[in-house]
Amino acid sequence: MSVSEQTAPPEVVADRADHVPHDAAAPAHHTSTGLSNEKLGMWLFLGSECLLFGGLISAFLLYRSKDVEGMVGPAVGDLYDIPFTSVSSFVLLMSSLTMVLSLSAIQRADHRRARTWLLTTAMLGATFIAGQVYEFTSFVREGLGYTTNLQSSAFYTLTGFHGVHVTIGILMLVSLFVMSLRGRLPAERSETVEIVGLYWHFVDIIWIIIFTLVYLIPA
Amino acid sequence: MSVSDETLAREAQAEHDAQTEHEGHDHPSDRSYVGIALILAVLTALEVASFYVEDQLGALLVPALVIMMIVKFVLVVAWFMHLRFDSNLFTRVFVSGLVLAVGVYAATLTTFRFW
Repeated sequence: MSVSEQTAPPEVVADRADHVPHDAAAPAHHTSTGLSNEKLGMWLFLGSECLLFGGLISAFLLYRSKDVEGMVGPAVGDLYDIPFTSVSSFVLLMSSLTMVLSLSAIQRADHRRARTWLLTTAMLGATFIAGQVYEFTSFVREGLGYTTNLQSSAFYTLTGFHGVHVTIGILMLVSLFVMSLRGRLPAERSETVEIVGLYWHFVDIIWIIIFTLVYLIPA
Repeated sequence: MSVSDETLAREAQAEHDAQTEHEGHDHPSDRSYVGIALILAVLTALEVASFYVEDQLGALLVPALVIMMIVKFVLVVAWFMHLRFDSNLFTRVFVSGLVLAVGVYAATLTTFRFW
């Protein structure tokens, strides 16, 4: 940061950094970019996560089209329960709405409503995970274990990694709920909810891709 | 929360909504979020419906599903993740990772003669 920027009011520094603050109530960030480092860090992390999930999705797509002849066990595509997975996808999609409503509520200091939406989001996430556990269990009952064939390994690794991400998201949401209950999440710290929200929405957009490429598009 | 707190919160919501609708530089209103969620729900329903009319759609099935997937992706990123309203730097950071991932894995799939 230059000397002139150090002496200039934060909003001027923000303008110089080509940044229009999206929330007038949010405190200015005294960083070289004029932006929140935590938020920038989360976006960097999400950018890198694209590579992780890209690799897992690509591996599944490759293995889905291989080993058809002489493959051991059932094909993953034969076991899909599309109506069930559609409902799960819808649940996760709606959790993005409740997440953003929670952020909106906390930004206007409506803490009770923010907690309600946070808890709703966590419960919708837990419903999605319960659905995934049910799906995995039914697949295993049909004879499709993790090491049955290449398809199954790629499928369980991809959807399992996504499930772990959702579970971590649920833990973060519950932590936010407890923090809010204890009065440690004032409106000025709404950015914490926003950052957890970014993670949650990312998990949702990854499922949007998985649902289409893995479940709906035929092999 | 006391009754007065609730009244204050409601007034703040009304003020917030009015400000966001008129100035356009802040986060969208709750009504806009619900509208986006409805569009997402309709698109999901269309995706699932198209799966069941696979034979009728023929070669159009995959492009239709991919387009709907991209629209849903963009709606969530732009509105729920606020990239539409936030600094361009966040967009650049995220899109860089996304483009890198798509490029690397498209090349990988091409190498394995996936297409």
